[in-house]
Amino acid sequence: MLPARFQDWFAQKGWTARAHQLTLVETAQAGASVLLVAPTGGGKTLAGFLPSLIDLAERPRRSRASRLHTLYISPLKALAVDVARNLEMPIAEMELPVTVETRTGDTPAARRQRQRHAPPDFLLTTPEQLALLIAHPKSPQLFEGLKTVVLDELHALYNSKRGDLLALGLARLSRLAPGHRRVGLSATVADPRPLQRFLVPQPPEGEALAELVVAQGGAKPEIAISASDSYVPWAGHLARHAMLDVMTAIESAKTALIFVNTRSQAERTFQELWRLNENNWPIALHHGSLAPEQRRKVEAAMAKGVLRAVVCTSTLDLGIDWGAVDKVICIGAPKGAARLVQRIGRANHRLDEPSAALLVPANRFEVLECNAARDAVLAGELDGERQKPGSLDVLCQHIWGAGVAAPFDAAELYAEARSAAPFRDLSRADFDAALNFIATGGYALKSYDRFARLRQISDGPSKGKWRLAHPRLAQAYRLNVGVIVEDPMVDIRLQSRGKPMGAGGRRLGQLEEYFIEQLSVGDTFVFAGDVLRFEGLREDAAYVTRTHDPEAQIPSYNGGKFPLSTFLAQRVREMVSAPERWHVLPGPVQEWLRIQEWRSVIPKPGQLLVETFPRAKRHYLVCYPFEGRLAHQTLGMLLTRRLERAAMKPLGFIANEYALAVWAARDMSGLDMGKLFDEDMLGDDLDAWLADSNLYKRTFRNCAVIAGLIERKMPGKEKSGRQVTFSSDLIYDVLRAHEPDHILLRATYADAGSGLLDLARLSDMLARVRSRIVTRKLARVSPLAAPALLEISREMVARGEVEEDILRENEDALIADAMRVD
Amino acid sequence: MRCVWTDLSLTVNGQTLLLDRSGAAWWEKTRTLIFADLHFEKGSSYARGRQFLPPYDTRATLLRVAEVVSRRAPARIIALGDSFHDPFAAERMGAQERGMLEALAAKAHFLWITGNHDPHPPAWLGGAVRTEWHESGLTFRHEPQADAAPGEIAGHLHPAATVTRFGRGVRRRCFAGDARRLVLPSFGAYTGGLDVGDPAIASLFGARFHAFMLGAERVYAIPRTQVERRKRSEEIQPMITAIATAARP
Repeated sequence: MLPARFQDWFAQKGWTARAHQLTLVETAQAGASVLLVAPTGGGKTLAGFLPSLIDLAERPRRSRASRLHTLYISPLKALAVDVARNLEMPIAEMELPVTVETRTGDTPAARRQRQRHAPPDFLLTTPEQLALLIAHPKSPQLFEGLKTVVLDELHALYNSKRGDLLALGLARLSRLAPGHRRVGLSATVADPRPLQRFLVPQPPEGEALAELVVAQGGAKPEIAISASDSYVPWAGHLARHAMLDVMTAIESAKTALIFVNTRSQAERTFQELWRLNENNWPIALHHGSLAPEQRRKVEAAMAKGVLRAVVCTSTLDLGIDWGAVDKVICIGAPKGAARLVQRIGRANHRLDEPSAALLVPANRFEVLECNAARDAVLAGELDGERQKPGSLDVLCQHIWGAGVAAPFDAAELYAEARSAAPFRDLSRADFDAALNFIATGGYALKSYDRFARLRQISDGPSKGKWRLAHPRLAQAYRLNVGVIVEDPMVDIRLQSRGKPMGAGGRRLGQLEEYFIEQLSVGDTFVFAGDVLRFEGLREDAAYVTRTHDPEAQIPSYNGGKFPLSTFLAQRVREMVSAPERWHVLPGPVQEWLRIQEWRSVIPKPGQLLVETFPRAKRHYLVCYPFEGRLAHQTLGMLLTRRLERAAMKPLGFIANEYALAVWAARDMSGLDMGKLFDEDMLGDDLDAWLADSNLYKRTFRNCAVIAGLIERKMPGKEKSGRQVTFSSDLIYDVLRAHEPDHILLRATYADAGSGLLDLARLSDMLARVRSRIVTRKLARVSPLAAPALLEISREMVARGEVEEDILRENEDALIADAMRVD
Repeated sequence: MRCVWTDLSLTVNGQTLLLDRSGAAWWEKTRTLIFADLHFEKGSSYARGRQFLPPYDTRATLLRVAEVVSRRAPARIIALGDSFHDPFAAERMGAQERGMLEALAAKAHFLWITGNHDPHPPAWLGGAVRTEWHESGLTFRHEPQADAAPGEIAGHLHPAATVTRFGRGVRRRCFAGDARRLVLPSFGAYTGGLDVGDPAIASLFGARFHAFMLGAERVYAIPRTQVERRKRSEEIQPMITAIATAARP
């Protein structure tokens, strides 16, 4: 099947083409689109490009006009760069007449411009760059000869807003280059069908699917769980007790990747390891807040193989293959089986050798979670994902881009958008609302007609088409393209010795503005591997100095972005309710569950346990839904509203991945729990609460930025001062009060289903436990409740009334100080 | 000079002002209600640059003004400047909003202090227009002056403050004041805030001034030194031990 030149090359290398690589060549010859599902190390990328390489190798010499043949899209620009490098070898060794270039935000403007009229054969880029390319007036010429689109790490993209943007871009490509074929490359997923759908244009009725090729699975990984029979912490996420185990694991490996869930965990782990690092092994740190130069340095050192270990966050979940990594250590909760598989796959990129992983739970619940995750991975079971419909804010952005490219007909653009799988159920009314929003803001009561961004052409052959009202709007589109909205960030600069604050200083990286805002001068925190002292804020930078304190004062753990997956939660619940399976757990964890069984109860599968008990003049209610912190947080907000109405005087609550604890001034044991947990809380209570939920406002802000209501802050543009950047919260308040059905509020609500509020999951849980609530009135705190209570002093959850408490207590403290007689 | 307040009234240069939770100041003695930085039509001013913020900010602001007016029943309203976001703001105002403003003007006499955003408030508004106003030891002006005589009541700076507890900050608009002067929070629906710790505000006062933060139902007086202070949970470890012990049988 392979041309002689390719066969020889494989033979020369001592390789044999894998079955799935050959199948992909075959499907390409039939002109079909295909999804290749393969574990890491399976030669996936080469499989994706092989048909294109063969096609170009056989191309007659004189037809070598400058035409784009294959477009490759990856979620990471670093990956695009790496793949370009990896393609060099076969192209050079087989002397193929193929040019390869990357195009990312870092590509110089001159080259980007040249790529538009003289493109390479293979262009390797990202979803955002695709959006920019198709929004260019000359895009029809660029893409007319396109033969193949390769989508890498599709599992990480398809069910997200970036996936929506990509899907709309592909829908446009289908029109510009009819008949091109697509290749999706994906890690193992529970259900490949949505990915198959994503790859091909959807017909108005029914569904179309790309072909599916599943590569042979590699060797099963070897997963160990670090556990001590003498001590397992009750709470916390740092696994400090296990750092010697981690150090030993590093010493027995060539190169280890140490995954943690949050930036602050990464910082703390890095510090702890260096405290134990008597041999001075080169151990590095990598997370998204570090300055890019610093990250690049670590990556380069890793590629050279000079590092012994890297402590990292999800920034290294995907990405470049580092051959030398032979051990993966995961500290803390795995959160999901697929995530764990992905991380373990970062070790040993050879299919036939097992990857070696060590899981390090930081507390008792995490011990359960690690065991459940290992069982799932070894059984080959993965978390399914809830499929989200295409986001309206992304559609708005796409419509703006369409106007930038050329005047468009609304009905045609609507049909095109619906051919993209995430938008196949998009209604014409929603499409028109998005169009109106881009054109004039789309407000019902007052309009901005005279400032329109898009106008309908009133006569001539293009009559009725929508065109851009001003060329400046094309520039504004380009600056705002993309769906990744970062929290507002503040530069962290090291104050230069002997110089006034604000005068230069090396940049260490960036931190979220909300974190910086809570600091006062003199506070210490861990960042970039050091304990830093906050000195003050000047213009858009926070100035710090290094300290010799061994401990930082300000913790910043916020649980990480990803909640415990529904699938894994289910398995943890099953493990808890099955005492016959507890023998695999470490002694202290078994003891903990036994005492829980004796003192309270172990809920049966499908039941929700609700405990009440008094403690230190407060009354507690603790429940254990195991639905992840986000859903619990939402549940906490809603429950406290109800408890307030029931005159229970709730004072606060705390949510973690497994449990929710509410405390109140009154004893809640007499309440009808069935009523308290009734699904109808998702009606009016939810609505009332959303009005001033900070998480919801953050969700709104993201939608508003993506849709182009608020312009992105451009680096260097916000110099005029922080006070003038106005807050999306103010816009939210006004819009909600005066036009609650506005498209952006609907987009926000849709996001809340899966995003920061995890409403869909909460609603499933409430339905599941209806009439299956077990209650226990206890004399004091139960073993299962203790971990949740321990987090109370570490983390407080925002609630309107709690905010008032904070104000009040500050004042109380002040009055107490003023009235003291000593 | 000592700073005196009872139930969040503040005595500035001998005159007592009540700090209303809405962000307006109430000068009971002369039945005067004082607002700063209303920024009418800020939303639509962005639309000129094709950024389509919800066009309801003027209405939202006016509804809040009307709410305080109905509670206090003032004889006079002083707007401390930047009442209009730009020179064309009044023209862009919708008929309904104009009507609301006229209804307010029928209830109380308006004194428009000019600001940097609105050096010439529109004539159709009625009422008086001044760059400054002096009365009973108080001076009303838009932008606070560093060397002002005691008794200055101003806006312009949009003060806001953050208090932190349990690692969480709460940020609110606030009055900034002592016995010599008062800076009002901005009242407009789309107006942001400048931290009271910023030199632009802090330098107007001595070391001891207060941020009077706007709560949902009342105003909280927080000393400037307290605004940046935070309580730390240094007692975490003993608490962990206590709870873990209690959880054992």
